[in-house]
Amino acid sequence: MVSVGQHENIEILSFSEVEEVSGYVGDFKVKVRKKARYVKEELCTGCGLCQEKCPARNIPSEFDCGIGSRKAIYMPFPQAIPRIPVIDTVNCIYFQKGRCRACEKLCPRGAVDFEQGDRILHLEVGTIIVATGFDLFDCTRAPQYGYGRLDNVLTGLQFERMVNSQGPTGGKVVLKDGRVPESVAILHCIGSRDENYNPYCSRVCCMYSLKFAHLVRDTIKAKVYEFYIDMRSFGKGYEEFYERVQREGVIFIRGKGAEVTERDGRLLIAAEDTDLGRKISVPVDMVILSNGLEPRGDAAETARLFGFSRSKDGFFLERHPKLAPVETASDGIFIAGACQGPKDIPDTVAQAGAAGAMALSMMDREKWTLEPSIAQVEVERCSGCGECTLACPYKAIELVEGKAQVSETLCKGCGTCVGHCLSKAISLLHFTDEQLVAEMQGALLELEVA
Amino acid sequence: MYEPRIIGYLCTYCSYPGADLAGTSRIKYPPNINIIRVLCSGRVSPELILRTFREGADGVLVGGCHFGDCHFISGNHRTAKRIPILKKIMEYAGIEPQRLRLEWISASEGERFAEAVREFTETIRGLPPIREILP
Repeated sequence: MVSVGQHENIEILSFSEVEEVSGYVGDFKVKVRKKARYVKEELCTGCGLCQEKCPARNIPSEFDCGIGSRKAIYMPFPQAIPRIPVIDTVNCIYFQKGRCRACEKLCPRGAVDFEQGDRILHLEVGTIIVATGFDLFDCTRAPQYGYGRLDNVLTGLQFERMVNSQGPTGGKVVLKDGRVPESVAILHCIGSRDENYNPYCSRVCCMYSLKFAHLVRDTIKAKVYEFYIDMRSFGKGYEEFYERVQREGVIFIRGKGAEVTERDGRLLIAAEDTDLGRKISVPVDMVILSNGLEPRGDAAETARLFGFSRSKDGFFLERHPKLAPVETASDGIFIAGACQGPKDIPDTVAQAGAAGAMALSMMDREKWTLEPSIAQVEVERCSGCGECTLACPYKAIELVEGKAQVSETLCKGCGTCVGHCLSKAISLLHFTDEQLVAEMQGALLELEVA
Repeated sequence: MYEPRIIGYLCTYCSYPGADLAGTSRIKYPPNINIIRVLCSGRVSPELILRTFREGADGVLVGGCHFGDCHFISGNHRTAKRIPILKKIMEYAGIEPQRLRLEWISASEGERFAEAVREFTETIRGLPPIREILP
């Protein structure tokens, strides 16, 4: 990410949102709202003094999944690029009560600017890559596991932050009361492969669960139980890692955890051991829920904005699942990463590389071949009623001297105007009435023979 | 008992891949339908539909994208307005309006496509052959 930030041909617009996309491949016009962060980017050096001195403390940190805290002026995470903080107006004392401005007074560069407003940028670009990522399954939607209700039931990401040496506990795995757990259960497939939530496999949870098991064994040597449906260690070197974790003494129970309850200060997991064919209950100190991946909450709007569709699971739809995995139904717009479907880091990197290469190779061409099917007007038949100009979704038809005229670059060839033309003056090349009728006659003949 | 002949006009971005998915997923549906690909359901003019009946089709299925999903922004809105009017005209002309069916099928709905064809074929089977109405 650092090298992306330093690259002369890459401009990062963080804390910004695309609001409008128009135009076509080679000439997209994108409207971007650059939200006010109340810090002047050109002056800030990212020294971090403002974060140190901000008196609004103990705000739950999003990056630490609520187990750590941050200030009202903050950077999303220590390695964030660009290294420029943002003021969270909901928690900022100045924005709420009208006094404070400590960061403004203390900033040695005078970079804090409380008057900053949103800026609208108009970009002209040739190609677009959409890599908007994923959301994690919200474990409160599965209340049987007690997340948010029982202490010491964590999500995968919360445990990840806890075990990280830079994290809120400094890498110590501890219970809420500060004790070190003696036993830990990891529950696979929370929100995935479950007809009540998401039917698909999230692909990454098995491996991160194995990583957690390994880390628990490695750091605190607690007993680890893995409750899984199937172990999907499909990638290069993954199966070997699974075997290594088995050798480390992790107890694998083939059966999905059904419920987590509290008894005598411990957590009790109810599950079915499908290998033994009977119900079991296992008391542990800590539970980690391996929650799956979901499409972003605003994926529907994003898809509409860029003009591509979504598959049944809500992720963005590629043009072809095997032959065009990074292209979309819109020419010049590509997708990469988990916005297309759950995938791990190696697959994401591969796909991102592919999308980048596709976009660049497209930009390198001087000419671009358009689809040959565009609307054509037979001027003699046109009555100039203007119905087609209203029907066209792309405003590609205008009345010129009382006759319809089609702009060849704007026309995408949908043929809605053809369906609308009362005097049959417009035809769609390659989908003319004669061609469709001939096709239809042949199709009927074929059905008769069958 | 006769085998009805159905023509399906499916749009290239949603319904046609949906039908394709039904095929690649090996979902069975009656062989009474033959599919013609159009770029958008908005291309299917009323004249074309009537001509299809005239040529001897017992039923016509028009497939488009769900609202908001249309690759051509609003082509399917035009289809949605056009078909009910055409159905009224068909009724007036003595052709059962059930012979024309409009379905919104996305590229991921192979099963929905198969189900629509199954249902539609049964509906058409319950009607006399079109040749008896349009000799």
